[in-house]
Amino acid sequence: MAKAKYNPDAPVIRIRDLHKVYRIGPEKVHALRGVSLDIMRNEFVAIMGSSGSGKSTLMNILGCLDQPSHGVYELNGRPTQKIGTGALARVRNEEIGFVFQSFELLPRETALKNVKLPLVYSRRHWLSAGRMAKEALRRVGLADRMGHKPNQLSGGQRQRVAIARALVNQPSLLLADEPTGNLDSKTSEEIIALFKILHAEGQTIIIVTHEEDIAGHAQRIVRLRDGSILSDHRTEVDPIHQDYLQRSLQIAQKMVSPSSPSSPSSADILATPAEATS
Amino acid sequence: MTLIRLITQTVFLALGQMWSNKIRTMLTTLGIVIAVIAVICTVAAMVGLKQFVLGELASIGANKVWIFPRMPPDQRDRFSFRQIRLTIEQVDGIAANSPSIQRLSPIMQINAPVQYEDRVRPFVSVQGIKPEWHEIEQRFVTFGRTFTANDDKERLQVCLINDKGVEEMGLDSDPTGDFILIEGRRFKIVGVVETRNVSPMLGGDESQTEIFIPFGTGMMLRDEPRLYIVAQTFTADQFEDARAEVRFYLRRVRNLTPDDPDTFGIESIEQARQQFGIIAGALTTAVGGLVGISLIVGGIGIMNIMLVSVSERTREIGLRKAVGARPEVILLQFLIEAVTLCMVGGAIGLGFSQAMVTAARFSGIELIKGAEIPAWAVILAVGFSAATGVIFGMFPAMKAARLDPIEALRHE
Repeated sequence: MAKAKYNPDAPVIRIRDLHKVYRIGPEKVHALRGVSLDIMRNEFVAIMGSSGSGKSTLMNILGCLDQPSHGVYELNGRPTQKIGTGALARVRNEEIGFVFQSFELLPRETALKNVKLPLVYSRRHWLSAGRMAKEALRRVGLADRMGHKPNQLSGGQRQRVAIARALVNQPSLLLADEPTGNLDSKTSEEIIALFKILHAEGQTIIIVTHEEDIAGHAQRIVRLRDGSILSDHRTEVDPIHQDYLQRSLQIAQKMVSPSSPSSPSSADILATPAEATS
Repeated sequence: MTLIRLITQTVFLALGQMWSNKIRTMLTTLGIVIAVIAVICTVAAMVGLKQFVLGELASIGANKVWIFPRMPPDQRDRFSFRQIRLTIEQVDGIAANSPSIQRLSPIMQINAPVQYEDRVRPFVSVQGIKPEWHEIEQRFVTFGRTFTANDDKERLQVCLINDKGVEEMGLDSDPTGDFILIEGRRFKIVGVVETRNVSPMLGGDESQTEIFIPFGTGMMLRDEPRLYIVAQTFTADQFEDARAEVRFYLRRVRNLTPDDPDTFGIESIEQARQQFGIIAGALTTAVGGLVGISLIVGGIGIMNIMLVSVSERTREIGLRKAVGARPEVILLQFLIEAVTLCMVGGAIGLGFSQAMVTAARFSGIELIKGAEIPAWAVILAVGFSAATGVIFGMFPAMKAARLDPIEALRHE
């Protein structure tokens, strides 16, 4: 599904020595201190970090909502730093699909209208907007909910509408900021499963999260601390994540069957890619 | 194409929002509604009034000119009545010296007792006229005959009477051949003149008895009567020429020096029309000022509600920006919303105005029953509403356009 506009082997995102300095009154705050990162086509990456680690700043820059103080950010081989707000808006429209923690749907509009929103501002596709929006809703499994308004939908369905909206313009990059933060665990699993399907279909996905559970579904985990990259590993070899899995497993075993400390079936509760290595 | 699509979508979005906030919309647009009602109703009333006045004036005749003695207003003591009165010689002189004047008739008017059999009316308007009067006034006879040059020359004791006079004096419906007494002299009725209802605006009330006698005959009833002239130019636009000619002639025969004021007046319907136009224009300007003030008040209402709207919808603006709306597009959206709001106000105002104008037309009030809303007033009202939307929507729209998407999405 991802567009092959450029060399498919080239990274979708190429970041070199990215810095971001905020001025709050007389003080300078270094939110990012030299971050370098490549994300390849059809990768599924989780960006993690505690608050103040710079993960929000990095996400805003990745989403072209903000620009770095200095450093290089190339999206599909095109530099995005030092371009005007209008050009940046166009990049957001055509290359990036946003999924937010609180969905950000327009309450008075139907699901279909909400999904169409990015196409309103697009130079392309305006003739086929209806068809594309329906196709996007079908992909997220809401083909039968197009005429519903957000208040007629459950939380999970709302987030699916938001995902359909993010997908409607066939972006190079799906950028999700705590997409399950407002959802219960069962619905969170459904949304993650949807991300996995989209990934399997070829979509490049970045999830920003602080939940190890969620991050564990990604192929790769990038951890930030104090504006720098702390670690960048494939999920199955990420030591922090593996440590977390171990501890979760122990807790789960205790909860499920305190009498027999190693029930193999309890590991199924945590269906993760880490299964391959365990 | 993107622009057109965006505009239509925004208009529908704005209408939808207004529909779900009906009371707020009503209160917000009240200023605009009132402004539009004020301007439309004034214009409609002016149209009706103008139609009425011009109709009245046209019935008198557009190329009619009156010449009459007049004391200079600032030098009343300088001239006696004898000095300023029009003489027969001057009347003839004007006829001979004013090529723009097609025909004229001097008129001497007196109020005299009139008697038919035992019925007496003490004060009846009796006018001495020349035969030209019929043409100038466009008043002819329903019975009998009009005056001839011979009646005037021979100073015959004949008269014309109007319908109202026939009724009031108790004459036959065809009274030609009957005799009436005017100031004790016997006059033979030779014709009946149509009664002309003089409009209240021009100083007449309801129709009254009028008797006409030949000018020459009338001159025998009084020494040095007070005369005035009613004349007719060839075309309506010759009034200024006629005035110049008459003025030149009269100033010369009256030996007025260049410093002396005119001791006579020359007026036409055209002047009255112009004066009416000036009054109407001044009135329209005054109302325009009031409308301007109410549009400003209305516009501030719009600005206020748009600021509220921008603040309420900060997250939505952030989202729209995140999915690729450029700042100028956001600006446009909020401007269109303000303009739509104002235009809805304008439309409501137009509706009310139409209702009021319709009511006026059926009210039976003479002066405004011709009221109607001209197309240009509709365009003007809609245009001013839209302009108010643009002017007062600009600040909130700029505020929305300048919002930082990250901040906006964090807004509670």
